[in-house]
Amino acid sequence: MRKPRIGIFDFACCEGCQLQIVNLEEEILDLLGVVTPVEWREAMSDQAEKGESFDIALVEGSITREEDAERLREIRARAKFLIALGACATIGGVNKLKNNFGMNDVKETVYGEAADMPHLETMPTKALHEVVQVDYMVHGCPIEAAELAHVVRTLLAGKTPTLPAYPVCVECKLKENACRFEFGEICLGPITRAGCGARCPSEGSWCFGCRGLVDDPNTQAAREVMAHYGKTIDDLRGKMLLFNSK
Amino acid sequence: MSRTVEFDVHHVTRVEGHGNIKVRVKNGTVDEVRWLVPEAPRFFEAMVRGRSWEDIQTVVSRICGICSVTHSLASIKAVEAALGVEISRQTDRLRILAHYGEQVESHVLHVGYLVAPDLLGQKSVVPLVTSHPEVVQTVIALHKLGNHMMEVLAGRKTHPIRLKPGGFAKLPTEAELRDLKARLQAAVPQLEALAEVILSLAGELPDFRRETEYIALVNPPHYPFYHGQIGSTDTDERVPVAEFERVVNEYVSPQSTAKWTRWHRDAYGVGALARFNLNAEHLAPLATKVAASFGLEKGCTNPYLNNVAQLVEVVHVVERSMGIVDELLEAGIRPEKPHVEPRAGVGVGCVEAPRGILFHKYEFDERGRCLAANICIPTNQNHANIQKDFEALLPEILDEEEDAIRLKMEMLVRAYDPCISCSTHYLDVEFV
Ligand code: SF4
Ligand code: SF4
Ligand code: SF4
Repeated sequence: MRKPRIGIFDFACCEGCQLQIVNLEEEILDLLGVVTPVEWREAMSDQAEKGESFDIALVEGSITREEDAERLREIRARAKFLIALGACATIGGVNKLKNNFGMNDVKETVYGEAADMPHLETMPTKALHEVVQVDYMVHGCPIEAAELAHVVRTLLAGKTPTLPAYPVCVECKLKENACRFEFGEICLGPITRAGCGARCPSEGSWCFGCRGLVDDPNTQAAREVMAHYGKTIDDLRGKMLLFNSK
Repeated sequence: MSRTVEFDVHHVTRVEGHGNIKVRVKNGTVDEVRWLVPEAPRFFEAMVRGRSWEDIQTVVSRICGICSVTHSLASIKAVEAALGVEISRQTDRLRILAHYGEQVESHVLHVGYLVAPDLLGQKSVVPLVTSHPEVVQTVIALHKLGNHMMEVLAGRKTHPIRLKPGGFAKLPTEAELRDLKARLQAAVPQLEALAEVILSLAGELPDFRRETEYIALVNPPHYPFYHGQIGSTDTDERVPVAEFERVVNEYVSPQSTAKWTRWHRDAYGVGALARFNLNAEHLAPLATKVAASFGLEKGCTNPYLNNVAQLVEVVHVVERSMGIVDELLEAGIRPEKPHVEPRAGVGVGCVEAPRGILFHKYEFDERGRCLAANICIPTNQNHANIQKDFEALLPEILDEEEDAIRLKMEMLVRAYDPCISCSTHYLDVEFV
């Protein structure tokens, strides 16, 4: 049987999600036994032929320029499955913080007088699904390497992987962590999609929502939690901007 | 010679981020040689405005996946300077250990996965899995060590969770530190083995030299990554990090759209070779031996040897890490909680990223909301230096086959280990 062909592509991002693929360490060697990487600029000099198709395209990063939107459409056309890798790709992540400002304002803030140069053109950040159809999302900033390996294996077996539909709090309580609200902190666990094993509260910090909001966030419960700990919905919104700006 | 060479390397591979090389040679003279960076800028300095002091690290860590601990630490030091926060010696030691972990991870990734294929005549690490399995296993083991250090100290391999202004959200246990000590000891023979392999291939590194200014942290008698003042090979002056703006002198060149940096010359270099050139006498014993085995000496002007300097540094930080773990275990880990009171202020934080010196500067209002930020990353500082190297290198190798020229230029870019996705402010560069 022909080994499935995988391409790895990146757009505006920190490339930390690709790094998690490298961080699979020996497990990559196993994966190389079952798939053929055909294009991966960060790790390989070989590039796929123009127009060559993939079984799976793993795409990291956000879309911030029209030329990138065009490249993404072209990748989409060549890929049987397109998987969005990490918060930049699935929800826009930190890159969407930019959308809270005017585009001229951000350009001038960073480049001053040079802001008008055409190369600096930037548009409000988009997640991949706002540009093309995305078949599957691997959330997180960065992604969990084990989750990616599981998703690829499941897709290759002809099955559809499922996403947790419950919030981070569920995983956090199972771990019996002390709740961050008890320390006077604001935690986005009640409204954030689970799947990370409540990583941040388990490491002594609050959840900042890197896996995106649960499909149907219980806003009433969130209001009650905030009220109970003497916080306001505005406090909560300030934290939500970090990874879940519009 | 009436040679005509024309090529574009679109998106140099095996580097972090996107960079292009453009070469035009007509009738044996160089018409054009350019290092272009088309990476989409991400505007971090604009995006952090309005965010709370306690969220800055979470945001700016995402500037770069491969040096997230470094960006976190630079921002935390800047926040602490701005808000007047004191930290304990324990916090200081633990941070340095986490930072050493990132140097190991990043340098091993670079030398092992991205550069070794060039030296072995391969296009990626994939064929090495079958042709040189023992090399790949050693690289994997060392890469894991660096990742493990960040996991135990910072709470995650990429994008630290535990590092906070004022201290740590969670502390490692003494048992974890004892285990780390054993892993560090086990890494020493692996490092020696890797050094031997690279040494046997070092002849493949092009012999090219160009004098330039090198800039790095200095803090005698240490080989510093975390504390110190700004030093240069062109002057004995030592500049406090708070005054970094008069060193980096960011400017927009009239012929170019990139923000470049310059101090005493039109370009300067940062990174492992710069650190080595300023601090080599303070290397740990085994690192000193490894440097000597390559004939690497202070005053080296071959940019390709940055890769060798990276290897020397991995040895050094592993040796120093053992000492820090011993010190921490001797004192015992004390439970401490970070405590910070917001206030208005401006602060600078500086650390050595794997790729060179890094500066973060923030201004806060009295509630601790960020008003303004300036981030100056190492790859930006190397940018003009890469261009100057290209201009000097190309005429020297014009006689060679086009493929060889292309490879040497790509290898030069990879030698700098540019981390283009870090580009907090990059433009598409057009320089003539
Ligand atoms: S999701 Fe996070 S880790 Fe992944 S590329 Fe984006 S910023 Fe980096
Ligand atoms: S609010 Fe945060 S810390 Fe509290 S239970 Fe939920 S996830 Fe855990
Ligand atoms: S706890 Fe929240 S911020 Fe942390 S990894 Fe999980 S979803 Fe992301």
